[in-house]
Amino acid sequence: MTQHHHDPANVTNPEHAEHHVVPPSTYLMVFGTLLLFTGLTVVAAYIDLGILNPVVALGIASFKAVVVILFFMHVKYQSGLIKMTVGSGFFAFLILTTLTLSDYISRAWGLW
Amino acid sequence: MWLFLLTEIMFFGGMFLAYLLYRNWYYDAFVVGSNQLSIPLGGTNTAILITSGFFMAMAVWASEVRKKGLLLLFLVLTTVFGFIFLGIKYVEYHEKWEKHHVPGFHFDVSEFVNPHAYGLKEKPLAPDMAQKTQIFFSLYFALTGVHALHMMIGIGVLFWLMWRARRGDFTDGYVAPIENFALYWHFVDIVWLFLFPLLYLINRHPGA
Repeated sequence: MTQHHHDPANVTNPEHAEHHVVPPSTYLMVFGTLLLFTGLTVVAAYIDLGILNPVVALGIASFKAVVVILFFMHVKYQSGLIKMTVGSGFFAFLILTTLTLSDYISRAWGLW
Repeated sequence: MWLFLLTEIMFFGGMFLAYLLYRNWYYDAFVVGSNQLSIPLGGTNTAILITSGFFMAMAVWASEVRKKGLLLLFLVLTTVFGFIFLGIKYVEYHEKWEKHHVPGFHFDVSEFVNPHAYGLKEKPLAPDMAQKTQIFFSLYFALTGVHALHMMIGIGVLFWLMWRARRGDFTDGYVAPIENFALYWHFVDIVWLFLFPLLYLINRHPGA
């Protein structure tokens, strides 16, 4: 592992140009936020919001996921390439979901 | 590492999509099935997993600032909370087995067809819809099972990382393995952040 010891030209880890050290205080804030929103989602599940219940649940889950990705996974401090890679992954999943669902809702279920 | 995680999005994504469609088809069965899961256990596990993820993030920091003792401590804490999560998961699985809620020959729908006889405050389901609770539990076991498998693999890797960290491999500026493993661990966390509301919190019929 010594070859990584001194590498000012950053040859071994080019994706880590300008390595950003995230301080523990940030992690603590994120930790608190995540716990808070976990509590919120449980409380929200007991409130009758009709059709909005799953929307709120997924909204909170997505918010937590974004917080984890940005701070715990350091995407906020990464290069544009990494940001785009991560974004494209979720976007591709969204496309597949949309295609599947548009097929699903446009079928004449039970009419044949 | 991110590219690997993208394949993981697709891997879990397929099952999430299956869940979405079946939930739409057999909503009543999914509600009853979901209400059989324990929010205290599931919520506690969510908090435990977040705590584990927090310690993993702290491990990355310790590695970056080259503090070997702290790095080891945080890796151990990450592992401990991982084990607690799996322990609670085991308790939940065991309860499902005892209540005949594991899909297969052992499965029993009588609780869902005649809930009042079992002291459940649920809407009785027609026998064919009650059978569909098996689909909910199948997806529950598939999703949480594969998630737990990811955690077991992660814990295996954690032991390897601890062994190497003790040797001082990650506290002389070489952070990449710790960082990449943290990405994996956080990804597994994120999967659970979605599993918890989708499986446990479908419809707690408020007001009823």
